[in-house]
Amino acid sequence: MLNYLLQRLAMLVPTLFFVSILIFGLQQLLPGDPAIALAGEDRDPNVVAFLRAKFHLDEPLPMRYWYWLSGVLHGDLGDSVRIQKPVTELILEKLPVTLQLAAMAIVIALVIGITAGVISAVKKDTGWDYAANVFALWGLSTPNFWLGILLILLFAVQLGWLPASGYVSPFEDLRANLAAMIMPAFVLGNAFAAVLMRHTRSAMLQVLSSDYVRTARAKGLDERVVVLKHALRNALIPVITLGALGLGELLGGAVLTEQVFTIPGFGKLIVDAVFNRDYSVVQGVVLFTATVYIMLNLLADLAYYLVNPRMRH
Amino acid sequence: MAAVVYEQLEITPRRRAWRRLMRRGGAMFGLTVVAFFIAVALLAPWLSPDDPLATSWSAVRAAPTAAHPFGADELGRDVLSRVIWGTRASLLAGVVSVSISLALGVPIGMLAGYLGRWVDAVISRITDAMLACPFLILAIALAAFLGPSLSNAMIAIGISATPIFIRLTRAQVLSAKAEDYVEAARALGNPHWRIALRHIFPNIVPPLIVQATLAIAAAVIAEASLSFLGLGQQPPAPSWGSMLNTARNYVDQAPWMAIWPGVSIFLLVLSFNLLGDGLRDALDPRHK
Repeated sequence: MLNYLLQRLAMLVPTLFFVSILIFGLQQLLPGDPAIALAGEDRDPNVVAFLRAKFHLDEPLPMRYWYWLSGVLHGDLGDSVRIQKPVTELILEKLPVTLQLAAMAIVIALVIGITAGVISAVKKDTGWDYAANVFALWGLSTPNFWLGILLILLFAVQLGWLPASGYVSPFEDLRANLAAMIMPAFVLGNAFAAVLMRHTRSAMLQVLSSDYVRTARAKGLDERVVVLKHALRNALIPVITLGALGLGELLGGAVLTEQVFTIPGFGKLIVDAVFNRDYSVVQGVVLFTATVYIMLNLLADLAYYLVNPRMRH
Repeated sequence: MAAVVYEQLEITPRRRAWRRLMRRGGAMFGLTVVAFFIAVALLAPWLSPDDPLATSWSAVRAAPTAAHPFGADELGRDVLSRVIWGTRASLLAGVVSVSISLALGVPIGMLAGYLGRWVDAVISRITDAMLACPFLILAIALAAFLGPSLSNAMIAIGISATPIFIRLTRAQVLSAKAEDYVEAARALGNPHWRIALRHIFPNIVPPLIVQATLAIAAAVIAEASLSFLGLGQQPPAPSWGSMLNTARNYVDQAPWMAIWPGVSIFLLVLSFNLLGDGLRDALDPRHK
């Protein structure tokens, strides 16, 4: 276990190194003098001179990368030019909102995706299977911002059951918070449910044709026990890993969902930063997302390792 | 000689794959819809009933009528005409960005797979790093630094999708490299470039076609997403994503503005997904 963990951690170092180069390199895409671009539309010469000194723009590229990287390693992602706040602080401020949205979306996706996957595998080649596959195709092909608009049209405009947008902190009013978050969470979870359904279906089909399931059936066990206890438990192992890979899509989808429902989270932060030309915020958000994603995948790999004894040899 | 026998039996691999594709209803539906959208994009000037940019104060947010079958938008522009012209942006973005991914990803993946050792190690770590940034977030960041425009969105999407093609090409080259026919070509003294281009490359094309088709579906959604956020096609030029962005603000007064651009994105993406799934079954019988 320790060996495996160390091995996986050692592989992270070069990946994180290239991630940092990639994100630092984004700055080089800015046309012209970065100090002028970062100074915004006023191009105040004082600000430009200040930025040039701050980002060490007169020094060679590797040195600039080194200054940036040592800042990042100390948790300093730079400052927002617009809001005059450290980027780290901004991210930590917005993070809980997105975490709640993502957590609700994941629960919805797990419930819908795994149920649909199990049903379609157990009832292979029937109407159920067909319906579940159509659902997956629909989930993968619908842009989530469009689904969001359609749901607003139905539940907020036509029926008036739910608010069209806005966000209330759960600590202020839990009911209002859930009412505001349920539509966005469903929109975000929908595509992820489709991915999980496909993985669950193929994993279940493989497991259901294995010897130990046949043995369990031959012992005369109730079909429900065979499917849920013997088959599903094992089928979920690959779903964990593949599901973790899908979390990246979920984070990307959150950007759009938060925009549609005007939820002040992480995704709204990056979009606003893009339009305010607040480049260090954009870099900070991408770096943070990539690090979280890498860590989640590491955890998924470890979980896979823990639940699958065959991996230990 | 071999060619003659094949022609008599009429079972070239390409023909066999095509027949298998024809038998799949979903794939044929996808192909038909894609062909329909290509025709709409090419014939836009003749099909569109109105100038997609012409504003009209008398038609502001007009509900669908005979004059405006899909209604009119917040500036009185004909939604049908804008949906028709928007097809161009979506299809162009899908095809161009995937071409960028292929042009970058396939050669880099071949280098990694064929040369192996440190070249492979470096390329693989860079690929891991790119895959660690979620596709859409990377595309947003690239589009932000390049500046908002349709062509920059296509570059951003193309670059963000490149690591998938590097990985696929590398894996395919690795398995092809171990095949007997490559061994034979090497034993005959063929130079490396010839083995890579003439012997390995043709054999890795089918999975690349499948992945490219599915990647077009993802790229169409990505372009619509970037345009929705204001990072793609710039107003007043029509694009489905930016139409939905404005429609979001008028959803209670002019819901028709939100329907057709969304239906179009959905249909086009669904069709490329169905076609991709069908091609996978047709080109790779082992995959189920």
